Amino acid sequence: MIEAALSRSVRRWCEGATGATSAAKLSGGASQETWRFDIVHPEGAIGAILRRSPKGYGAAPTRAAGLAAEAQLMQLAYEAGVPSPRVLHVLAPEDDLGTGFIMQRIEGETIARKILRDEEYAAARPHLARQIGGILAGLHRLPQHKLPQLRSRDATQEIAEFERDYRSLNWPKPVFELALRWLRDHDPGPSAETTLVHGDFRNGNLIIGADGVRAVLDWELAHLGDPMEDLGWVCVNSWRFGEIDKPVGGFGSREELFAGYEAAGRKVDPARVKFWEVMGTLRWGIMCGGMMQRFREGPDHSMERAMIGRRASETEIDLLRLLAPRGS
Amino acid sequence: MQDEPTPIELTKAVADFLRNDITPLISGHQAFKLRVAINILDLVTRQLTREAGSDAREVERLRALLGIDGSVMELNRVLAERIASGEVDLATSGLAEHLWATTMDKLAVDQPNYASYRRELGRGG
Repeated sequence: MIEAALSRSVRRWCEGATGATSAAKLSGGASQETWRFDIVHPEGAIGAILRRSPKGYGAAPTRAAGLAAEAQLMQLAYEAGVPSPRVLHVLAPEDDLGTGFIMQRIEGETIARKILRDEEYAAARPHLARQIGGILAGLHRLPQHKLPQLRSRDATQEIAEFERDYRSLNWPKPVFELALRWLRDHDPGPSAETTLVHGDFRNGNLIIGADGVRAVLDWELAHLGDPMEDLGWVCVNSWRFGEIDKPVGGFGSREELFAGYEAAGRKVDPARVKFWEVMGTLRWGIMCGGMMQRFREGPDHSMERAMIGRRASETEIDLLRLLAPRGS
Repeated sequence: MQDEPTPIELTKAVADFLRNDITPLISGHQAFKLRVAINILDLVTRQLTREAGSDAREVERLRALLGIDGSVMELNRVLAERIASGEVDLATSGLAEHLWATTMDKLAVDQPNYASYRRELGRGG
């Protein structure tokens, strides 16, 4: 069992630790799993999280940075004061746990709808849009010479990739065609500055407490590119969970996001942010189509996946609201 | 011609049975899966109810917009190609109205509670 391997592992690198207990799988696809467990320690249990690819699943999907890069980025973020769990250990072959890493467990909420509705977060909510601006500024300033090897993507390459993904679905969607056309016509070209881009920074991938953002999670889509991509993605309507008049994750306004970003000493280009919001909306729509494909062709023939395929139309109405708004 | 009850009535009967009789008996992850199953049956019922009418209106708009005849799939392929080539765009008379009407008909089946859809419905459909 995994607890035995974890116990052997923690005794090697965590001074004073006597074992591991309460292991429970939080999520897992075929190639990547997340587990929570406690490190047993004479000074009290230490909450921990294991992210790993089980043995035999070394290769990461093409867009993913890989678990080793993820661990390095989270540690860099932590050191730079960007809210992030501290990485405790990077798995080695003698751990016999596959590849991946172990990090400190941070308590808080990740479920977007709870964060947007529960009383516990009511005091934090009005400040989150601005706080997110500051966090993104810190993230975009992480020292480039310390970053792991990451793929590099500009707007033109992304448009081409999404177009290929959309065409492979072989199902005509005139609204997606309109969005692709708009993106090609408004392609801002390479950004003046290339930085680390988180790639999936949104409500749902943040640990939030009553005091605000406690950690930024899910770094697997990190890459080098236009920093405005992260500001656009966090505004995509799919991540507002019904609070459609508060573009930044359902928390607040673009103005607050931009103010937080600029107060931290970085400049916003609103036209590029809008471009990436359109791109992000289309990106999620095409991903919904991809879920449908995975449902139809296996390996995941679940009802949930089938239903996500029927959520592509949500992004179509959002694209129309962005590109062809009707008079209010 | 097939006999009654209609597929709409049959699907709705299954959905109502799961919703009213089975939901109270199940908890945890299975309850979540059951909710998804009921949502699927509700979606199918909405599609069976609305699809013939909305497809007919869509074909009518597409024929006017494109000046050709064909099935709803064929006409959508032609429209997609013309948008991709730039032959048709938002300046083309009727395109925006067509895309809005078609998308609203999709949401009415897929996600009638989606907030953007509720907002646009409030503008008069």
